[in-house]
Amino acid sequence: MALKKVKGNIERMFDKNLTDLVRGIRNNKENEAKYISQCMEDIKQELRQDNLSVKSNAIAKLTYLQMLGYDISWAGFNIIEVMSSSKFTLKRIGYLAASQSFHCDSELLMLTTNMIRKELNSQNQYESGLALTSLSCYISTDLARDLSNDILTLLSSTKPYIRKKAVLMMYKVFLKYPEALRPAFPKLKEKLEDPDPGVQSAAVNVVCELARKNPKNYLSLAPVFFKLMTTSTNNWMLIKIIKLFGALTPLEPRLGQKLIEPLTNLIHSTSAMSLLYECINTVIAVLITISSGMPNHAASIQLCVQKLRILIEDSDQNLKYLGLLAMSKILKTHPKSVQAHKDLILQCLEDKDESIRLRALDLLYGMVSKKNLMEIVKKLMVHMDKAEGTIYRDELLNKIILICSQNNYQFVTNFEWYVTVLVELAQMEFGSKQGHVIGAQLMDVCIRVQAIRPFAVSEMAQLLDVYSSTSQFTIMQEVLYAAAWLCGEFASELKEPEKTLRAMLKYKSLPQHIEAVFIHNIIKLFAHVMRGYEEEGQYGEILGLCDEICVKLGESLKSGELEVQERSSTSLIIVQIVKEEIEKVMGGTGEGENSVSGDLLALFTGELNPVAPKAQKKVPIPEGLDLDAWINEPPEDSDSSSDHEVFDNLFIKTEKSDYGNSVRYQPEPTEEEIRKSREARKYEQQNNPHYLKTSDVDKNANDSNIDNIPVAEIDLNIPLKVVGQKRSDKYLNMNASRKKTKKKNKKKKHKNESSSDEENANEGPVVEVKRDLELPEGATLSDSDSSHGHVDDPHRALNIDLELPPVYETPVKAVEAKEEEKKVKKSKKNKGEKEEKEKKKKHHDKGAKKAKKEKKEKEGKSKKKKPTSGYEEALGISTPSKEFQ
Amino acid sequence: MIKAILVFNNHGKPRLSKFYQYFPEDMQQQIIKETFQLVSKRDDNVCNFLEGGSLIGGSDYKLIYRHYATLYFVFCVDSSESELGILDLIQVFVETLDKCFENVCELDLIFHVDKVHYILNELVMGGMVLETNMTEILTRIEDQNKLEKQEAGIAAAPARAVSAVKNMNIPQQIKDIKLPDLPQAIKDLKF
Repeated sequence: MALKKVKGNIERMFDKNLTDLVRGIRNNKENEAKYISQCMEDIKQELRQDNLSVKSNAIAKLTYLQMLGYDISWAGFNIIEVMSSSKFTLKRIGYLAASQSFHCDSELLMLTTNMIRKELNSQNQYESGLALTSLSCYISTDLARDLSNDILTLLSSTKPYIRKKAVLMMYKVFLKYPEALRPAFPKLKEKLEDPDPGVQSAAVNVVCELARKNPKNYLSLAPVFFKLMTTSTNNWMLIKIIKLFGALTPLEPRLGQKLIEPLTNLIHSTSAMSLLYECINTVIAVLITISSGMPNHAASIQLCVQKLRILIEDSDQNLKYLGLLAMSKILKTHPKSVQAHKDLILQCLEDKDESIRLRALDLLYGMVSKKNLMEIVKKLMVHMDKAEGTIYRDELLNKIILICSQNNYQFVTNFEWYVTVLVELAQMEFGSKQGHVIGAQLMDVCIRVQAIRPFAVSEMAQLLDVYSSTSQFTIMQEVLYAAAWLCGEFASELKEPEKTLRAMLKYKSLPQHIEAVFIHNIIKLFAHVMRGYEEEGQYGEILGLCDEICVKLGESLKSGELEVQERSSTSLIIVQIVKEEIEKVMGGTGEGENSVSGDLLALFTGELNPVAPKAQKKVPIPEGLDLDAWINEPPEDSDSSSDHEVFDNLFIKTEKSDYGNSVRYQPEPTEEEIRKSREARKYEQQNNPHYLKTSDVDKNANDSNIDNIPVAEIDLNIPLKVVGQKRSDKYLNMNASRKKTKKKNKKKKHKNESSSDEENANEGPVVEVKRDLELPEGATLSDSDSSHGHVDDPHRALNIDLELPPVYETPVKAVEAKEEEKKVKKSKKNKGEKEEKEKKKKHHDKGAKKAKKEKKEKEGKSKKKKPTSGYEEALGISTPSKEFQ
Repeated sequence: MIKAILVFNNHGKPRLSKFYQYFPEDMQQQIIKETFQLVSKRDDNVCNFLEGGSLIGGSDYKLIYRHYATLYFVFCVDSSESELGILDLIQVFVETLDKCFENVCELDLIFHVDKVHYILNELVMGGMVLETNMTEILTRIEDQNKLEKQEAGIAAAPARAVSAVKNMNIPQQIKDIKLPDLPQAIKDLKF
């Protein structure tokens, strides 16, 4: 035995260690994979030996190979062996390997529970620290549940090093095992005032992470944080606290008012840019939430903007970037203060750093007004000429179009100008996708703005002229699509239709869809031209044109593209018929009553109108259609039998016995999981534009089994869509004439209409959420979050009201039941409020004002509701600014 | 939260990868590759923030990086971290490495990736910042190194001797020994 050991030791000396491996890989650059596979064999050999140091050497090498992308999960058991070594050196290797390769779903983890527990309670602080660090990377629900008490005990360790790590570890435990939060919270709160600054900072870190997702549960900690903020000098921690306040203020406006002063003091005093920046950010957040009742509100905004200007003017690109980022936040609520710095932002457009230019572009979007739009676009056009790199050019183009078209061309006063800009843009070089954007925009403007049509059409005719007379493609082909379509559709606006027709007839090889549009619009234009000649009796000219068109269409007939073939053959036949008719007329045999051109034009009568994006939603549900009714009878199983069997039926069709219980990959879903998956599906449905939302009634029937059978829901789409399409058309036609009369006010009116209509139809949750976003108000927003929020998000489970009596005083279940009750009540209440709001909105157009009032009322209510005992104390704390100097 | 910490060189070779959220190995490699492509095409005089790559994170995540000589240090963080704070943290990390390795260079990271991990573990734990005070970090690292040394003691002597011999890299040295170029020498001989 002893001999064996000695032999092992000697052999070990000549094993490759990590350094050898790295060196070997570097020396075998040509056949690295081969070398590594050879090493893998060696490693497997070493792992078979009894000696732990040999194993640890092998594991160290594996950890390196893991970084290079090799899967080492097969060695999991060996890693655990090395972790269990009594030597710190070996243990370290094992724990490192574990933290790199294990994850919370590793099955091997169940083997580690006791070992890690032993390690956590080790006398040596570095051993338990090691275990904590490693565990933080792969903690699973089971581990969290089993070890939460051990980690909780470590919070009161005498060693700050352990306390610090345990505090951070608790957060990971909470994520996996939310039940641990309530009992652990008092201790965690204590750690906020730990004598060791490291522990304190860790605790702040954890609470910030918790509060970021569920801020309203942590409002009661505001006084503690306030005290920390005014006393601490640890910048890192201050940043965290200030960020946290940024998340809390939307829920408690009074907190915001209290914060303004110390924060402005900090802004004045601090020399750390990171802290300054976060202060500004939070002040902005505060100012956004506080209504303008604040006395020195304007001064604070001014201060922020000034400081940001300093950041933006700094030579450090990072500060510049962040400054612009923060500016864009101010822009949303206080556009005027930002507009004052237009010069600076335009200057940033010329920065050599693309990220900064893009940020500046974002800002421009909000800074335009009717007055300065032309000026800004002109500058952007200049940049466009200078800019190298298509990404930035494309972004510039998109931004120009976005700026001009926002709110249905709210800021465009002169559409002739805008069309000219578009035409200019069309003659520049962009990435392949951009032509489409310009084309679509041109068509949109012309359809929406009737007055601009003569001008736009003449511009388009010119474009076509240029296109046909020059050989090189200076104009983007996608724009030609728009040009051809516009000239055909609004042929009556053309000054020289025949010239345009001839220009269009000269088209050369074009992409399929564009060529098709050309052919189609040639016929439209031809019909128009023909009428002119027919009225004057110049039949010869018509025949000439017919021949020309036939020749050209004959060419297109040979096209390889189906669409083009079809279009050209149809058109060809039409032209031939026309020709025959005309010949008849010329021969005097025609009837002479109906003009041929009139017949032809009849093919293209009717106006095309823009379709509102929400049109589909506004379709009222036809009478007698019950959305909740089953289309097919639900499978009996799902109702009568247990979930277990449903899963069996779904996933295991044939080899039931073989697959059954032992090897099943999918674990049996618990109630909780089913609920979660149901919510996940709902969330997905809400975000899926193609998914027809069900009515409110349906949504509330949460506990029904309906959602368990996806087939039925998918089927619902079909009949609805068919009905919907026709109805929406009708609706649009009705609205069309109204829409066109007044262009600029249209958007606003339209919006109101649509929202009220939606309310009539008792629309789905998406709309409601949107409105909530427009009126960000603490309780409502987070409540709706809790009902339709992210399901994957582990933080959902952490939404625990910590102000309720702690767990050791009340039985857990009772508390939870209470919470449930509370939630239900709240959601009901909210619903009531919402409905009320909707009703009110329906009655008057100036919904905004009243909404504001309501908001205020609500704020008032929420103020009353909040337990104030903890908070009042904070009011007394003064904030001497000198402390920060 | 920090989602990942990556260190790679100017050619995109990974020198350290630490993911605080699980990704399978091949995905990790793709992320490293994508991050490298995003970061490497940026000039040195542009800002150090990047909107997150498509593979890691999403809109809430940012890449914050610093470029030192041949190495990129990239942190992928969400919006709860302060951008400038993370930049400082990277600086602390690098300075700590510099103290521990005495003038750190890429080779140190290549051959002692385990040590780099141990150092990083004293700064960041499970995606959260553990300590930013460099002296505190250094004491902790020192203490643990001492612990290792104590354990090694005499028992490790033979192994160390062997590795010393290995480090001499005899085959390479034999190759490197320059014998006079005989044919040339012969030619040079003048009869």
